[in-house]
Amino acid sequence: MNGIVQKSGFGAAQIILGLSIAILVVMVAVPVLLIFFNAFWVHGEFNIRDVIATIREPDTYQALVNSLIIASGTTFGSTVVGTFFAWLVTRTDLPYKPFMKSMFLVPFMLPSFIGALAWKMLLSPRAGFINRFFMTNFGFDGPLFNIYSYAGIIMVEIMYLFPFVFIQVCGALERMDPTLEESARISGAGLFTITRKITIPLVMPSILSGALLIMLYSMAHFGTVAVLGIENGIFNIPTLIYQRIHQSAGSFDSIRTGTVLATVLVVTAAFIIWLQGKILSKGRYQIIAGKSFRPMELKLRALRTPLLVLCIAYIAFTIVLPTVVIFLVGGLKTYGLPFTWENLSLDNYKFILFDYKVTKDAIRNSLALGLGAAFITMFAGVMISYVIVKMKVRGKGILEFLGMLPFSVPGSVIALGVILAWSGKFNINLYNTVWIILVAYIARYMAFSLKANSAALEQVHDSLMEAARACGATMWQTLRDIVLPLVRPGMLAAFFLIFLPSLRELTVSIMLYAPTTRTIGVAIYTLNEDGETVVSAALAGIALILIITGQTLINHFTKTKRV
Amino acid sequence: MATIQIEGVAKSYGAHQVHKALTLSVRHGECFTLLGPSGCGKTVLLRLIAGFETPDAGSIRIGEDCVSDPAAGINISPDSRGLGVVFQDYAVWPHMTVFDNVAYPLKLAKMPKPALRDRVMETIGLVGMTGLEKRMPSELSGGQQQRVALARALSAKPSIMLLDEPLTNLDANLREEMRFEIKELQRKLDITVLYVTHDQEVALAISDRVAIMDDAGQLRQTGSPWEIFERPVDGFVFNFMGIANFMPVRRVGETYLVGKGEQPVPWEKPQGDAPEWVAGFRPSDVRISRTGAGLRGVVKRASFLGAVVDYLVEVDGAWLRTSIETFEAISGAMMFTQGESCVISFNHLLWFDARTLAEVVKA
Repeated sequence: MNGIVQKSGFGAAQIILGLSIAILVVMVAVPVLLIFFNAFWVHGEFNIRDVIATIREPDTYQALVNSLIIASGTTFGSTVVGTFFAWLVTRTDLPYKPFMKSMFLVPFMLPSFIGALAWKMLLSPRAGFINRFFMTNFGFDGPLFNIYSYAGIIMVEIMYLFPFVFIQVCGALERMDPTLEESARISGAGLFTITRKITIPLVMPSILSGALLIMLYSMAHFGTVAVLGIENGIFNIPTLIYQRIHQSAGSFDSIRTGTVLATVLVVTAAFIIWLQGKILSKGRYQIIAGKSFRPMELKLRALRTPLLVLCIAYIAFTIVLPTVVIFLVGGLKTYGLPFTWENLSLDNYKFILFDYKVTKDAIRNSLALGLGAAFITMFAGVMISYVIVKMKVRGKGILEFLGMLPFSVPGSVIALGVILAWSGKFNINLYNTVWIILVAYIARYMAFSLKANSAALEQVHDSLMEAARACGATMWQTLRDIVLPLVRPGMLAAFFLIFLPSLRELTVSIMLYAPTTRTIGVAIYTLNEDGETVVSAALAGIALILIITGQTLINHFTKTKRV
Repeated sequence: MATIQIEGVAKSYGAHQVHKALTLSVRHGECFTLLGPSGCGKTVLLRLIAGFETPDAGSIRIGEDCVSDPAAGINISPDSRGLGVVFQDYAVWPHMTVFDNVAYPLKLAKMPKPALRDRVMETIGLVGMTGLEKRMPSELSGGQQQRVALARALSAKPSIMLLDEPLTNLDANLREEMRFEIKELQRKLDITVLYVTHDQEVALAISDRVAIMDDAGQLRQTGSPWEIFERPVDGFVFNFMGIANFMPVRRVGETYLVGKGEQPVPWEKPQGDAPEWVAGFRPSDVRISRTGAGLRGVVKRASFLGAVVDYLVEVDGAWLRTSIETFEAISGAMMFTQGESCVISFNHLLWFDARTLAEVVKA
């Protein structure tokens, strides 16, 4: 019962379909194909031996192994932490649960590379504040904890990625039909048995799907490893791609290594997404009732206070402490001075906002790129989703396939593909301009836009559009008067889902920036690399303020709108 | 002339053939109902007429104009067909007020503001919604939303309206009320209505003519409601038009015997020489008594339903249902209990050849 499009109407359907396919092909498919092409096609012939040789090089092989180690550790740790806290805030009588729940979601907003910077300041082996505190006050001869290690990287990634599992499991536990547990209880099972035999198996699909999301994210994650790993020679796939491309100024060998690594990433990502789809479709036994029930709550009794303390300590340690450190260091005259009133001022903040060209440019670039990318991607996304969700035209299958692509292409792959596609190969050279970053952002965030807009379009029943056609509206008038007004909330959501993350984007921009086209993320990262720690921290502070303000505004806006 | 002519229309989705060579015509100014079980393809036919779907073969004419004819490459888009359409799920645009919903077709037709206002208010008045024109659809009940949908379809004064189960989502009382209003509007405005439904009560109540479609998308009978109800051409139509009793009868020589027993049928004989027959009748066509002429049977179940008493009776292996008004049952001493014997006779009986009825009796 869907589809209203006819062969007539001046081929309006075909125009939209063609345009949608063109956008996805140019923005996403061509860059990805160029990566495959460069990886497997040498001197005009298909060559798989070189690909294997590249993978077997010690550096590349080590990067692959590192990606795997870090991603596995992060996934495991985040799943444990996320599931535990999710259970705590949904199924126990822990005090202040709503507050705890919102606090556990805060890391979603925070850019993990800024977190990594903070942890570097706190736990770097020699200069880290915590390590130094222990060495001077308790006579430790070595550092308490070395953040420049696998454990350090994994720990920081867990802090920022566990909400993926947390939010999925919370959702499943909240919507789970409590009669399933109650009937087990009536059958004589104790609460512990119920949890082990009924609850956990039922929420397993949500746990696994969240875990795979983290796996996907961590495999392709650049920021944390770049900040904490490079010092000790720990590279993962994205950081190695960056290092090769960056150091060798685009030589053929480095591009080839990059494309081979990128291919590995794409294949892994595609596999993870396939696996996730499989688990989700299999796990949909009817456990989730539409109505909202009040689930059983476990009385924590004697453990109530210790667990509350644990939660507060976790929040203080992983969220408050790093944020405070960023702002404090941003206020220091010189890095290394103690935090006393005479050493702290707002001078750095004034400097980066009003005087320093690099940071002023970066803020301007990020705002412009964010707005531009959000605007374009929002409209492209609504059009493509419209074809996929609502239209019935021949050739839609191609679009459905292309529409899946943006979801499985990690940021560093997009950056590399964009370099291959837009550096003069097709007579358009955007390299070293701000436009190439815009193109990459559009490709990177298309998935968000498609998701938000398809969800909104699915709410618009076909008969609403057919009613307009029957009233005498052409397809374009129907789109303008009926469809667009009705999907406006979805479009708005897409806009902010793109605008906010792009303000803190690092993975893509770092591969594509030129001296005048730094973004906020790039500026923070490069300033820090150059030893300008206090300026970098101050800019990170500004970024945090921008992001948190934006997010709060959106939350407020969407909440009042819903009432 | 506001007529619809459908000639040999075929439509299939993949391997599923919904219609093959369907022919149908709706006359000027009549209320025509397409009645059939759900999933029989009646909505598809309506969508073909509205232009939301294109036929694989055949032609559709609205008035003098051919709007669909794949062989001739003709396919007029829905917005150019000038029809009013009302959907089962109302399809009232949630982001527009009642006024804006009703005004939309007129805005598209570029009607000047003052005339538009008058027309919209007039149409809103027509469906009894005056005073609610500033409301948003979310502030309306289901029945009110359906009135808005009706007003929207009427506001451009189309000469033909298509209604796709517009009452299904309403509760029983409202449904009864609305069906008379729709009929009243159709008469007052003198428009042609094609009404699609699976509800035979609505069909009987509002139609000038009814067409019965079977599960395979084929038309079994077209005629006035009275003809359809009283003179069904076959068992399918008879069965579809309400609770039906089918009593197997076998021919032995020149007599017709009921079920497995030896009682002859106390009614006019069927025309034809088939060995197996089925007598069809409605519960209201059965008379039950304690004595007199008729078939002897046993009451197997007696259910008191308030205004009526419902009996399930067995006559020599044949089962039938009958109902009698409670008042009559008490005054005539005909409150049977389970296991009592009774006498059955008929007001009206239809004969079907058992072979043609096989599909229906099973159901």
